[in-house]
Amino acid sequence: MRFKRFTGKSALMASLAAISLGVAACGGGEAPPPGEPGAEGSAPGGVVALSGAGATFPAPLYQRWFDSYNREVDSNVRVSYQSVGSGAGLEQYINGTVNFGASDAPIAGDRLESFRSRYNAEPIQVPMAGGAVVLAYNLPGFDELNLSRDAYCGIATGSVTRWNDPAIASSNPGVDLPDQPITFAHRSDGSGTTFIFVNHVDTVCPNWEAGVGTSVNWPTGVGGQGNEGVAAQIQQNEGTIGYIEYAYAKLNDIQMAAVENKAGNYVKPTPESASKAFEGAEVPEDFGLLVPDPESPEAFPIAGLTWILVYPSYDDATQWNTLKSVMEWALTEGEDITVELDYVPMPPDIIQRVKDVLAQVEA
Amino acid sequence: MTSATGTNLFRQKTNTIEKRSTPIRIVDQTFYWLTLTFAVGLGVVLTWIVLNVAMQAMPAIQANGFSFLMTTTWDPVRNIYGVLPQIYGTLVSSIIALLIAVPMGLGVAVFLSEDFLPPQVQNAIAFATELLAAVPSVVYGLWGIFVLIPFLRPFFNFLHDNLGWIPLFSTTPRGNSLLTLGIVLAIMIIPTIIAISRGTLKSLPPELRSGSMALGATRWETILKVLIPAGFSGIVGSVMLALGRALGETMAAAMIVGNTNRISISILDPGATIASLIASQFGEAGRVQVAALLYAGLVLMILTLLVNILAEYIIKRFQNVE
Repeated sequence: MRFKRFTGKSALMASLAAISLGVAACGGGEAPPPGEPGAEGSAPGGVVALSGAGATFPAPLYQRWFDSYNREVDSNVRVSYQSVGSGAGLEQYINGTVNFGASDAPIAGDRLESFRSRYNAEPIQVPMAGGAVVLAYNLPGFDELNLSRDAYCGIATGSVTRWNDPAIASSNPGVDLPDQPITFAHRSDGSGTTFIFVNHVDTVCPNWEAGVGTSVNWPTGVGGQGNEGVAAQIQQNEGTIGYIEYAYAKLNDIQMAAVENKAGNYVKPTPESASKAFEGAEVPEDFGLLVPDPESPEAFPIAGLTWILVYPSYDDATQWNTLKSVMEWALTEGEDITVELDYVPMPPDIIQRVKDVLAQVEA
Repeated sequence: MTSATGTNLFRQKTNTIEKRSTPIRIVDQTFYWLTLTFAVGLGVVLTWIVLNVAMQAMPAIQANGFSFLMTTTWDPVRNIYGVLPQIYGTLVSSIIALLIAVPMGLGVAVFLSEDFLPPQVQNAIAFATELLAAVPSVVYGLWGIFVLIPFLRPFFNFLHDNLGWIPLFSTTPRGNSLLTLGIVLAIMIIPTIIAISRGTLKSLPPELRSGSMALGATRWETILKVLIPAGFSGIVGSVMLALGRALGETMAAAMIVGNTNRISISILDPGATIASLIASQFGEAGRVQVAALLYAGLVLMILTLLVNILAEYIIKRFQNVE
């Protein structure tokens, strides 16, 4: 009997030990200082590996940038970017398990508090690119569509339900819109695209009640998973309208509506009209610029920025210097890629300010 | 003394009991400890996961309590959370899946365990059905969106136009719906039902079949009154395993179900499931929302646990048929 009890106990201890090893391996314990995961980061071989995580909205752009940097500038630099979503990216950034984070919404609220209390410093966020979110629709035979603010506010809130509603018809004179039901398609996953769209809708629509966030309580419509899910909803169901990234709509050749901006003009989405959205806007100290309703009369009104977050100090100087060069390269020489992928590059004065801020990071 | 340590493992064929050599005893002991560690470890890991999820979900449990199960709002902006539409969607889509998959899967299992086909052809078909189980669920999701939904559209329209007076088909079909998800889930779980049920039916003692036939029973009677009752526990087991997969299916559900936070009697309407909710919202969730999502995960675990208890009960209740 004694022997048996002994075996049971030691078995339990062994399994506990195995589990605690597992916990340690998962990094669930104490937060490692930033830069830790790149233990191989500044290996003597000269290879510098950096890792980042966050927003899905700029993921295609970031992956192209990092890939091109590795191939064209410095083959010793390998940057991996996991597009896990802004929320998860910010958590990893706060926990120090990545070298940089990325987000479509400026860091705020309890996450900002928790970063401050953990690092005794302000997080550094810099804008990398901008982008437009378009209203794409499926209405065969109607290549041009103007949407007034009343029209798309009504569609998003569920008060405009048919295509021949006066709210839509009044801004499309001479067009005989069909008497067909409207299905509104939105993202079901949390997304920076949603944030940019509802940030705009919340500002311009008087009857919008769901607030602003990366996912909201939609009053109407069908949810699709990711840009591809919403795009599929639109393409497969006649009479559907939804919001997706400009680049994605263009790639899939989906019709996009011209949207009424603050000046009352109907503007088609293009990289140029989207970049106008940021023109003349006062960029705050922390770069947390939101343009819920751009002033410029030529601006496409639904646009937003996307940010990369770096730490105020890095233990490993090589790592930080590499990251800094990659980011500066992306903002300047990487601009061709930005334009090619239909994102909006940052204007020169912002790039200069970003460089100044990055120069203050300690390493 | 060493009763539990696998005395029979290395016993000689002779009837005399010999003293076993030391190396063999060491092997015995090691084997015993090792397997015990694994068994206990598995339990500990499970407990650990449940406790961890429950702890992380605690803020949401405290804030929402049981009204979480009754509320139909999911509002991350105001932090009001409830999963009633998701519980409903999870159960309805799984029930649809079972209604399709059980008769079909059981039928195929019976067919493949009888001697209708030469064994080579039987095995080839069984192999093909098992391949279905190896398809990643994201592929099922994409296939559902781009192939199945357009394919099913005429059928859905037919249902709505001709049977629209039944509340179940009362809304205009939009493609993404609980019914579509139910059909995709059925395809995903059929291989499980076929594989396990066929295995059970094939491993029944041949005397059962011969005896039944010898008593003059027809093939119908043999299958329905002898073989299926005898293999009942295995068949129920396969169905429960399949149901477990249907309840917890994440990626395909998130892509197909339409993710609408609404309870509608019509199965042609989009809905949501617990797993699809977690999958679609976790990445961008704020902290309060993460807690609410983990609470939803806990609800799903409890739901699955209840299903398993039900399965145990059914097996116990009907097993004495054997």
